[in-house]
Amino acid sequence: MNRSRLTGQRLVAIFLLGCVLLNYPLLFLFNRDANLFGIPLLYAYIFLAWAGLIGLMAWVIELRRD
Amino acid sequence: MLQGWVIALASFAYLGVLFAIAWYGDRRADAGHSIIANPTIYALSLAVYCTTWTYYGSVGRAAATGIGFLPIYLGPTLMLALWWFVMLKIIRIAKANRLTSIADFVAARYGKSQLLGGLMTVIAVIGVVPYIALQLKAVSNSFTILLHYPEIVMPARADTLPVLQDSTLYVALIMAAFSILFGTRHLDATERHEGLVAAIAFESLVKLLAFLAVGLFVTFGIYDGFADIFTRASIEPRLESLLRFGGNYSSWASLTFLSMAAIMLLPRQFQVAVVENVNENHLHRAIWQFPLYLLLINLFVLPIALGGLLLFEGGGVDADTFVLTLPMAFQQQGLALLVFIGGLSAATGMVIVETIALSTMVCNDLIMPIMLRWQWLGLSQRSDLSWQLLNIRRWAIVIILLLGYLYFRVAGEAYALVGIGLISFSAVAQFVPVIVGALYWKGGTRAGALAGLSAGFLVWTYTLLLPSFAKSGWLPSDFMQHGLFGVTLLLPQQLFGLSGLDEISHCLFWSMFANIGAYVGVSLLRQPNAREAGQATLFVDAFRATQTRAGARFWRGSAQVQDLLPLTARFLGPERAREAFASYAQRRGVASLAELVADADLVLYAESLLAGAIGSASARAMVASVVQEEPLGLDEVMNILDEASQVRAYSRQLERQSQELSAATRELRAANQRLKELDRLKDDFMSTITHELRTPLTSIRAFSEILHDDPRTALDERKRFLGIIVGETERLTRLINQVLDLAKIESGKAEWHIAEVNLREVVKQSVESTSQLFKERSIALEVDLPDSVPPILADHDRLIQVIINLLSNAVKFCVPQAGRVAVRMRQEGGMLRMDVADNGPGIRHEDQTIIFEKFRQGGQSSDVLTGKPQGTGLGLPISRQIIERCGGRLWVESAPENGKEGATFSFTLPLRILDQPEKERA
Repeated sequence: MNRSRLTGQRLVAIFLLGCVLLNYPLLFLFNRDANLFGIPLLYAYIFLAWAGLIGLMAWVIELRRD
Repeated sequence: MLQGWVIALASFAYLGVLFAIAWYGDRRADAGHSIIANPTIYALSLAVYCTTWTYYGSVGRAAATGIGFLPIYLGPTLMLALWWFVMLKIIRIAKANRLTSIADFVAARYGKSQLLGGLMTVIAVIGVVPYIALQLKAVSNSFTILLHYPEIVMPARADTLPVLQDSTLYVALIMAAFSILFGTRHLDATERHEGLVAAIAFESLVKLLAFLAVGLFVTFGIYDGFADIFTRASIEPRLESLLRFGGNYSSWASLTFLSMAAIMLLPRQFQVAVVENVNENHLHRAIWQFPLYLLLINLFVLPIALGGLLLFEGGGVDADTFVLTLPMAFQQQGLALLVFIGGLSAATGMVIVETIALSTMVCNDLIMPIMLRWQWLGLSQRSDLSWQLLNIRRWAIVIILLLGYLYFRVAGEAYALVGIGLISFSAVAQFVPVIVGALYWKGGTRAGALAGLSAGFLVWTYTLLLPSFAKSGWLPSDFMQHGLFGVTLLLPQQLFGLSGLDEISHCLFWSMFANIGAYVGVSLLRQPNAREAGQATLFVDAFRATQTRAGARFWRGSAQVQDLLPLTARFLGPERAREAFASYAQRRGVASLAELVADADLVLYAESLLAGAIGSASARAMVASVVQEEPLGLDEVMNILDEASQVRAYSRQLERQSQELSAATRELRAANQRLKELDRLKDDFMSTITHELRTPLTSIRAFSEILHDDPRTALDERKRFLGIIVGETERLTRLINQVLDLAKIESGKAEWHIAEVNLREVVKQSVESTSQLFKERSIALEVDLPDSVPPILADHDRLIQVIINLLSNAVKFCVPQAGRVAVRMRQEGGMLRMDVADNGPGIRHEDQTIIFEKFRQGGQSSDVLTGKPQGTGLGLPISRQIIERCGGRLWVESAPENGKEGATFSFTLPLRILDQPEKERA
């Protein structure tokens, strides 16, 4: 495989991270009556984690050297 | 203002724009300037994933379950990270084998099986046609709602129009026209449609912008930002539960899994991601851009849902329509129209790509195999079937769309249509095991794939599809409540008593259980046959280098160009076929078609051309019908595979050997250099030795001649002369002995009697045997030896030879009477060290290495009286060889330049046992 192995591994790591972040039981931790700037904590958490994953993916993809 | 004609005009204007874009894209593509060769366009075309089910349905789902709509978009986000490996592999395989649909992909992997392709197609059509109906329903509903502006009327309460007055029918027909125009323009071996993709990317942009516009309007126009909506919702008791996660986590996980499968395996996704892919590098940027698209289109879903629920409190407004009804409630006509257009674009994008993908599958994997069987009866005279092929696809498109429309008319508001999104995803999820197996497992067989797909599909039908019919009232609900034949264990949604799961998770568990179990189990019943094994290698090892035309390895037989060309021409059209063959000939460096050799490569090439047009399984059957093939046995295929892996191993070995070879060459060159040097040394040695031999010989001869020629020589004279002759002969003998000795030692032929030796005794013996020499020249000898020394391993006699040599050298260089020689022995670490020091003239630094060379002597060693060098010049070289042979070192220390007198010759020899007890130390 003539691909940057490192980039592939990073993406797999992001996949695994995403599976953990956006699933039970981590999700459960945020399922509380709390607000972040008026936005329900769970809703804010999911979107922030989602955006974070996309940011990581963009970072890995755009800064690869191959 | 929003009268029917305005809406219709706007819709048709929008569709006109789509036609224009597609037409322009195709024209540019024909001119060789692709407008879609751009990763962002590729990412946007992937957004065909977001249908009206997203556009209108997400809000509806959010209004019912809070964040329960999100896994459908989180799954693809996660999956995209794996596309780096998985999708790239699929694209490579599909391009190398010209696979144009997901059914073809699976059929090709499991031995180019027509049956398997057909089954895949049937599942896809059954799973997806209702989903097309859902899109039509969404267009129809939104049109009806908009038509009643400014009233907000739910379509269920609106009058149902007769078919011919139903605008949805016309929209469906326009979609069909679009699909036919831009999806079946010509038969292309790669089946790419650039104009279509350009239009789809544009549609993705439109629906995103429209949805964001509504989102911004609701969040910041009607309400005062996100916090405002959420705060208001949190004080409403009926909405409070939506702000937290109320569903169960198994449903969350199964929806994530379903959407991960859907993003890859839905026929339309396979079409845009694989078949329409221009350049595999576009994949990279899409990996983050497509998830970003999903994030953006979901940002406002919950605010719109909550906003709508707050506003239409108990007002009987379906949450699925909030996107449209909220702007209408605030008299935002322009925005409402934009929303309608956005919904239209979501529907058309999905329907167009899906029908094209399905029509390819239906044509290649369902109709062609049947037709080809008839064809040998009747159609074989036709020389050009390419138009017929296109017509089949066109009819397939029309029929699929009409089926969708029919389903929409029949189902109406029934559950079977409303819940179809996830039901459809679950059907497609049945492809997961065979696809994963296709990519990563060489053991999967055709029988296994058929068994797995059938089992999964049956379970899906029983646990999800039939219950949805029953809930719609199309089937007696008897079996839902009491189980099939009244057996409670067979309750469709509590199969074998499994309860506590939602219906999707329940279906997913049982169908995957049956699917994977049958696939793996049946596959393991027997070895893959030759063709399965060959195809498995092409798929699983797709990333290995030099896979181009690797399939040619698995074909053996004989063929004629004049059979292959007409065959290809029949399906591609004579011109395209001739072009394709000519370009192949050019690549092979053959001047004309006539000279082409129909070898395995060409047969494979023709087959892959046909595969692009009629599917891999049918292409296989067609090619097999015109060439003589010798089927390969499994053993042969395995041999070829072994050979291939051996070739790889050999090439690695070769590389290593060539590296070793170049290293050896370097060593050889150095050795050669050394040999030359040695040769030169040998010549020097020979000339030196002859010279050395001649000197005493000359003298012997001279004196012998005098004695011979002159009988009157006085007796005294004769005695003196004879004495000289004897002395010179002795010198000669010694010289020859030493030369022989040295030669023996150097060539390794000398005999060594290695034994335990007490160096102290050796020194004592040597001193004794040279004591006469010392006495003769009145040179003082100091001997300083320890009382006892540990033994060493050495040759006793040769050590004596060395020490005598050192002692006699010392004597030679000392001035008589004033001379003093000291012999010392010490134990140093694991060595015994022996010094022989004299107080002679010393050896200059530059001579200190020379004296150890053969026949070389120190500059001041010549006899003061005769001017002749004393000794042979071989003593020290021999001594050094002996010491080194015994594992020691011999060297000299002297510094006459610094005014120090004398020279000290020293050698060390290793002790036999390295660690000597302290007491034995001297």
